[in-house]
Amino acid sequence: MRTLFFLLDKEFRQLMRNRQLLMVLLIAPLIQLILLPLAANFTVKNINIAVVDHDRSTVSQQLIHKVTASGNFQLSGYAETYEQGLKLVEADKADLLLEIPLHFERDLVREGHNEVYVAINAIEGTKANLGGTYIVNILRDYNEAIRVKWMPAALANMPLVTVTSSNWFNPYMNYRLYIVPAILVTLITSIAAMQSAFNIVQEKESGTIEQINVSPIKKHIFILGKLIPFLVLGLLLFTLGLFVAWVFYDVYPVGKFYVLYISAFAYLFTMLGLGLLISTYSATHQQALSLSFFFINIFNILSGTFNSVDSMPDWAKLLVQFFPPTHFISITRMVILKGSGLFDIGYHLACIFGIGLVLNVWAILNYRKTA
Amino acid sequence: MKQLLVFIRKEFLHVFRDRKSLLMLFGLPITQIILFGFALSNEIRNSRIVVWDNAKDEVSARIIDKIEASAYFDIDENVNSAAEIDAAFKRGNVKLAVIFPDKLSEDLRHQGKATVQVIADGSDPNLATAVTAYITQIVNDYNIGTGSISQLPLQIIPEVTMLYNPELKGAPNFVPGVMALVLMLVCTMMTSAAIVREKEMGTMEVLLVSPFKPIYIILSKLTPYLLISVMNVFIILALSTTLLDLEIKGNIVLLIAESILFIMTSLSIGLWISINAETQQAAMMTSLLAMMLPTLLLTGFMFPVENMPLPLQWLANLVPSRWYFIIIKRVMLKGLGFASVWKETLILIAMTIFLFNLSLRKFKTRLE
Repeated sequence: MRTLFFLLDKEFRQLMRNRQLLMVLLIAPLIQLILLPLAANFTVKNINIAVVDHDRSTVSQQLIHKVTASGNFQLSGYAETYEQGLKLVEADKADLLLEIPLHFERDLVREGHNEVYVAINAIEGTKANLGGTYIVNILRDYNEAIRVKWMPAALANMPLVTVTSSNWFNPYMNYRLYIVPAILVTLITSIAAMQSAFNIVQEKESGTIEQINVSPIKKHIFILGKLIPFLVLGLLLFTLGLFVAWVFYDVYPVGKFYVLYISAFAYLFTMLGLGLLISTYSATHQQALSLSFFFINIFNILSGTFNSVDSMPDWAKLLVQFFPPTHFISITRMVILKGSGLFDIGYHLACIFGIGLVLNVWAILNYRKTA
Repeated sequence: MKQLLVFIRKEFLHVFRDRKSLLMLFGLPITQIILFGFALSNEIRNSRIVVWDNAKDEVSARIIDKIEASAYFDIDENVNSAAEIDAAFKRGNVKLAVIFPDKLSEDLRHQGKATVQVIADGSDPNLATAVTAYITQIVNDYNIGTGSISQLPLQIIPEVTMLYNPELKGAPNFVPGVMALVLMLVCTMMTSAAIVREKEMGTMEVLLVSPFKPIYIILSKLTPYLLISVMNVFIILALSTTLLDLEIKGNIVLLIAESILFIMTSLSIGLWISINAETQQAAMMTSLLAMMLPTLLLTGFMFPVENMPLPLQWLANLVPSRWYFIIIKRVMLKGLGFASVWKETLILIAMTIFLFNLSLRKFKTRLE
């Protein structure tokens, strides 16, 4: 126990002495937490739309006005022909092309139906999906409106089931509420995994690990001595992060703080374990870096940080269950937005802890005192 | 010149001796392209929902059948109160609740109208929008099925075409994005360690007292990573065309040339970090921690840059991968020529020259 105390003393001193590193560890994440949620804006508001209006009738004008007034679309220009409109899409000046055929109004009345053409740049799938949904909804609303106005009698005997919708926990569909907890988790992931990996590699590269190896320090005591300082640092960062989220984005946990902290503790334990494991397999900084980058990049993109796990194929859904950040991101969102309790997050917490146990035991077994 | 070749050879030996890093240098882009290419899609399937059926009549039963039959939804359980819906949302796996009012068919018969209430879990706003749209679609299909809609007059029928990517696959957006992200980070991180390592190990002294020009030291450090990254570009392109069915529509030579330019920009960033850092650890933390998330978010492949507030758009303009992403999308996916990307190319060239000069100057002062 006394050995552990001395080791901790050493680690904390080393940590506090390296100012440049400490700045990178604490300040850089907080600045990112303040700035980056502004970038992560999925509430697609400015879909640029180009219009090809062959009809130029009252109806087509009204329709175009409806679309541009909805707030989701921005009229980037009119084109004479479909080909011209397509040019605008190619040049990224428009995301969506709306074409209203000639005699649209006349045929609508005469034949009872008519088509409008919508072409969407689908390279960005989400934007295309949402843009398509928005415009179809607007067209339907407009359709409903003219029908009621022009021939109210025809509607009277049509039995229709309609849908009203509402959203709980985030009634205004504020994307920030979704993204801020995830960015906080992402930052903690990088710090915890990389820092613990680099720390031991540092001792290896500078040769000081030899001194520890010849000393009678037990393996698990040495590992604990490495884990605890970063656990403290991680919890400090988590606390500062929650504070920043509250001050800058008004994201305040609906749920209990102790649930958040228990989960954060388990998560740090797991990610530090991953870092340790990486360090036992690496001899140099470069190796440790490429290994941690490999994992962190996959975690960032597949753990549901920005892309819902629900939209992945089944094999990927299963795969991400083995990624600790998937669970911790779920937990933070559940507790912060919905106020889920300890029982609700049980599955995720158990997964994090289980993975952490495996990683840490593996790291201790793999750490050899003899080179 | 001969000196330079000798030094390049030395650096190659350094890089190739470290088998683990080398494996990662090649393995990382390949695994990630494949993984992201297949795992990221925009299609939402099998979302779990709960149903609160107060009606329990023919209409609700038929709509529920339709919901069950669709690939979008799995009905998790039937609930009987708002509290149960709340509890289901709090457990987290249920995304949507559908509530049928009592007297559904009666209302429909007498008033010609009945309303189904849908509650989505708004903690994931995009998913909530999408699943709500799907349910609305299913209910509309029901209306069409009963013949109510097709008899309606004055129908505006939207015909939607998805350009460039009709199946809404994730790959067309993510391949250029991941390419930009991975190339930039790998190049930056690997070079960021290069010079500071010699400083840390003390071997820099040897280099500095040798009659070797600083620019040669820098060039020899960068060459192996340049070569490895160019090979990676070829591998990524080969994988995207064969495995991910992505067609390269534009000029391949232009694509490769732009990629080499972008790699050089990224190498210059790494060089600059390396020259400024005191320790390897600080260099790597800077290159990974300070650059990873900003690159991921500001490149524009996750979130459109036009949607960001102005200061962030300016910041995004400083991220080289943003320009490369635009270039590659236009050339590879849309098949456009150099005329449409010359501006972006010029920006990348300017960035490279600026960063390289900055590093070279800083490096020289250390000599004195």
